[in-house]
Amino acid sequence: MSFYETVLRLEQLPYETLWKQYGTEDVKRALLKERLDEHDLQALLSPAAASCLEEMAQRAQQLTRSHFGHVMQLFTPMYLADFCVNHCTYCSFSSIYDFPRKKLGPEELRQEASVIAASGFRHLLVLTGESRKESPTSYVKDCVKILREYFSSVSIEVNPLSIEEYRDLMEAGVDGLTLYQEVYHQETYRKLHIKGPKRVYRNRLDAPERGCQAGFRSVNIGALLGMYDWRQEAFFTAMHARYLQDKYPECEIGLSAPRFRPYLGEFNPDSEVTDRALVQIILAYRLFLPRAGITLSTREPATLRDHLVHLGITKMSAGVSTEVGGHTQTGGTPQFEISDSRNVQEITDMLIANNLQPVFKDWDILTGDPA
Amino acid sequence: MSDPFVLGGISLTSRLFIGTGKYSRNTLIPEVVASSGSQVITVALRRVDPQSQENIMNHIPSQMTLLPNTSGARTAEEAVRIARLAKAAGLGNWVKIEVISDQKYLLPDNSETIRATEILAAEGFVVLPYMSPDLSAALRMKAAGAAAIMPLGAPIGSNRGLKTKEMLRILISEVDLPIIVDAGIGRPSEAAEAMEMGASAVLLNTAIATARDPLLMAEAFREAVSSGRKAYLAGLGPVEEAAVHSSPLTGFLN
Repeated sequence: MSFYETVLRLEQLPYETLWKQYGTEDVKRALLKERLDEHDLQALLSPAAASCLEEMAQRAQQLTRSHFGHVMQLFTPMYLADFCVNHCTYCSFSSIYDFPRKKLGPEELRQEASVIAASGFRHLLVLTGESRKESPTSYVKDCVKILREYFSSVSIEVNPLSIEEYRDLMEAGVDGLTLYQEVYHQETYRKLHIKGPKRVYRNRLDAPERGCQAGFRSVNIGALLGMYDWRQEAFFTAMHARYLQDKYPECEIGLSAPRFRPYLGEFNPDSEVTDRALVQIILAYRLFLPRAGITLSTREPATLRDHLVHLGITKMSAGVSTEVGGHTQTGGTPQFEISDSRNVQEITDMLIANNLQPVFKDWDILTGDPA
Repeated sequence: MSDPFVLGGISLTSRLFIGTGKYSRNTLIPEVVASSGSQVITVALRRVDPQSQENIMNHIPSQMTLLPNTSGARTAEEAVRIARLAKAAGLGNWVKIEVISDQKYLLPDNSETIRATEILAAEGFVVLPYMSPDLSAALRMKAAGAAAIMPLGAPIGSNRGLKTKEMLRILISEVDLPIIVDAGIGRPSEAAEAMEMGASAVLLNTAIATARDPLLMAEAFREAVSSGRKAYLAGLGPVEEAAVHSSPLTGFLN
């Protein structure tokens, strides 16, 4: 059993008529329920829910505060390497672009780590492009061994790996996995991923499940919103999260709602995701999955982020660079343009002004030598 | 009235234990301590960061008895590891064992908790296991060396009150250890009820931390816990279904 079987079932649904079946009464019924089912999720993502956003927000806010408190966990990404063998139409690291690629060596890594750690971060998300030659699992593992000296939690966002490789990285100190399907719609997936191992839809789709089986503490999934009809993509994402949560109750399943951002190339997404649509998606995620962490990235502009902190978000990135070595070096190529370029102090001040406690540390790496 | 609660060799006058995890700012902690009159405070080691100026420990008044908890542990081994790290970090030798292998409802795993209790009690910790109310599990925790048992009233963060009331009643009557109701209490009346039933103390976080006015709510809980305790000591009258004649069966003898 894999989520792929669910994908095949969900693909058969008549989406053109399905979204229109729901009325505001269906949305209101969903808001009163304890455990929402597939149909409630569809109602929350339907056009009818657009007129119920305030009621949805009230309930989402209440659920978030009772389960997570008045706190916001902060983390920052670190790009280790930008070598990539894939050609994905929406990404600056795509193999078709000719720019000087780089990867951090041990000394550069230490410099980058100490600058980031000095700004207060204890939770780090490390990223690479996909290159078994330049940034294989062994490279990531060596980096993590160094990084755990500086951080109390290290998560990875790298190409899909096997259970054994995931276990290997866990032993080195990695505790969380982030892996976005990018697009759940198979035909669009094939259109966007032109060359390289990333073309294999199913290998990517099953990777979060392999992460759960390997025993990561947290697994974070998401669709890159804007690549295909957002209602359908959000629906598949939430169903994927529910599938993982039901099957692997010991793992914290989280979601992100990244919107497409400008990058090196000319590709323009098919389906515009307005701010209202983004809010509806985040609220639907929270109501459908009350305990799931929801991450908001610096892809979103500062003013919007400031409002979204009250709508179900539990984790935010700050002080972000999407370049390899972007905290200590210049001249790199960003993977995509960020919108919210505020530094850690500015984000901290914003959270405090919004009556939220910024949380920098929420875990201790327990692997390695016993205390 | 002197009614100390002796736990782990410490004599406490307050029977309200509080948490630290959900406040909008850490500077609220000393204020909540003052309003609640609490003397025991639980803190997740995962949130403790000695390298940070904002370290939560800097906000906990020094007179408090610390109850580090193993939040985040999914197995007995992880709980043991976290407890040892807490001790090494100078947080004392009390520990609230929290082993949760279900991230959806956050219900405790009793069998892993029993194992962790055994290991940590043998190492000299004052062990307070957080558990799903179950008599045989509670008795095993007692045999393993627990200093008190901390059954949940309802799923954590749910504010639903004493949903497990019948089980709590059984634990209070059958387990010869203090019973501290932990998790689920949303209202002062529910805290009072737990105390009236004979619980030795209650532990709360969400109900205070997420109130519109946490300090006023802390005060409300302080009074409720104290009232409930007094009612328990005073001896509640039995509950009757209908009004009863004073002696319907033997009145003829008078």
